[in-house]
Amino acid sequence: MAAIEVEGLERKFEGGITAVDGVDLEVADGEIFSFLGPNGAGKTTTVRMLTTLLRPTGGVARVSGHNVVEDPAAVRRSIGVALQEAALDPLMTGRELIRLQATLHALPPDQVTSRADALLRRVGLTDAADRRIGGYSGGMQRRLDLASALVHEPRVLFLDEPTTGLDPVSRKTIWEEVEKLNDEGTTVFLTTQYLEEADQLADRVAIISDGKIVAEGTPASLKAEVGKPRLEVSVAEGTPAECEDVLSEFGERLPAKDGTMIVELSRGAAEIAPVVRALDERGILVEALELVEPTLDDVFVEKTGQHLEAADDESAPDPGTGEREALAE
Amino acid sequence: MLSRQTWRVIGTLGLRSAKQTFRRPQLMAPLIVFPTLLLAIQVGGAGRAVDLEGFPPVDSFLAFMLAGAMIQSTLLAGNSGGIALAVDIEMGFTDRLLAAPIPRYAMVFGRLVGTALLGLFTAFWFLAIGFVFGVQFTEGPLGIVVMIALVVASAVAFGSIGAAIALRSGSASVVQGMFPLVFVILFLSTAFFPQDLLQQPAQAIAEYNPLSFIINAVRDPVVFAFTTEDMLKALLGIAIIGALGAVLCARAMRHRLRVG
Repeated sequence: MAAIEVEGLERKFEGGITAVDGVDLEVADGEIFSFLGPNGAGKTTTVRMLTTLLRPTGGVARVSGHNVVEDPAAVRRSIGVALQEAALDPLMTGRELIRLQATLHALPPDQVTSRADALLRRVGLTDAADRRIGGYSGGMQRRLDLASALVHEPRVLFLDEPTTGLDPVSRKTIWEEVEKLNDEGTTVFLTTQYLEEADQLADRVAIISDGKIVAEGTPASLKAEVGKPRLEVSVAEGTPAECEDVLSEFGERLPAKDGTMIVELSRGAAEIAPVVRALDERGILVEALELVEPTLDDVFVEKTGQHLEAADDESAPDPGTGEREALAE
Repeated sequence: MLSRQTWRVIGTLGLRSAKQTFRRPQLMAPLIVFPTLLLAIQVGGAGRAVDLEGFPPVDSFLAFMLAGAMIQSTLLAGNSGGIALAVDIEMGFTDRLLAAPIPRYAMVFGRLVGTALLGLFTAFWFLAIGFVFGVQFTEGPLGIVVMIALVVASAVAFGSIGAAIALRSGSASVVQGMFPLVFVILFLSTAFFPQDLLQQPAQAIAEYNPLSFIINAVRDPVVFAFTTEDMLKALLGIAIIGALGAVLCARAMRHRLRVG
């Protein structure tokens, strides 16, 4: 049985905004699945529907085999959720939050203390456990949020942009913890706007743009779809024409960039050594040589015509979130 | 019938709610500071009001005012509870609760338990002031117990209105904006002056203001004596406010769940 099954999932808000537009996906048990897209693409709205916080206006979604609309209580029992912008009460202590979460998930009272201690130890917050959360760093808050989502040992874990705004060290710590959880058998559904995060963590990635999934597959297969590795070569003055001739023998030439010649290697990285030998045989002095693999951003560009970062800058806040705020006023 | 687990959740959320108020001075201060200051100013500045013709016979103006101060405090406790709930909504904490396998109403009930605890605290506070300044409680210990029970029940009823506004608006500033209304409603009741000495139309409004019913019943054990009529009217007032709050809460919750 798949951990998450979604067919034609849709969410329209008042005012005609369609935040999620017919999403289909399936996440296998034990998989790390990443939902990649810029702000406003529909990632958070999708997570809110899958975690029963928002009712879909169309389609069907099942988590751990339970329909999110027909049996939301069963869904809630099987999932752990760490939402965007760690929803923590700054006046509570870390230990109080974990204990509260344990009570919400019906852990027997005699197990609450030991479970809280174990989770705080797991995320390295034992020393800070009795301090108020308001005094925690962003990374500590994220780790605490993650710990609180694990209190009932959920089968499926939803992480909505778990590392947004974190420094590289804190980000790496979260990644390691996510990988460890996955090794222990937890299915992870992760949304992110960071290419590197999706690339490093995910078994499979779905790229979402304007509420629709535009590409889905393993990071490697998605990258392979958009092209082959490129070799970027800078040579000493006086030899570029000759260099162009050599490079053309190994694959399709791409337009030069800032004086750097680029060739798409038809047989991939295996051709680096022959290229270097050929250049050397012709006496061409190479100043720099770099193999550039396609990235998920290239996939995003291929599918949407925009770079992920650029789309992020230009986009409005997530329609789901924005709409909620508007309606709340 | 609520399950044992649901009671456990409500109790835990109630305790968290009370702690949240005690740890946030801007929520706690209005419950105690404003009513105490107003009480001090009114007793100090208008103490001779008891000599007015038509003023009921009382030991002191403080004894008369104590009930008004208590109910003012519980109204503010309801408002503070609403603000705290709205803050929870704004910072996404309610999502944590909504994503947990607990009944939705437990979230509101938990908040109301917290407001009840604040009501209890304010009741003790003003009783302590009464004792310190020599107020005689004519109905003795039983009267004090009844006063406390009415104050706590009122806090829950007012809290339900605050919670409904918070759930509907999701905005702490909107709930805070209701703050001045507390004083309007209070001044149009028998909180600070006997009904017979109020001018029209305040007198007519005070006569039907449910707050007057509650205040009169809280006042009886201090300065007069229990009367069945006042007690029934108070319970009716609390029931009306509580029922209104419950209906509004249920509607606001449905709306919130619908829009996410």
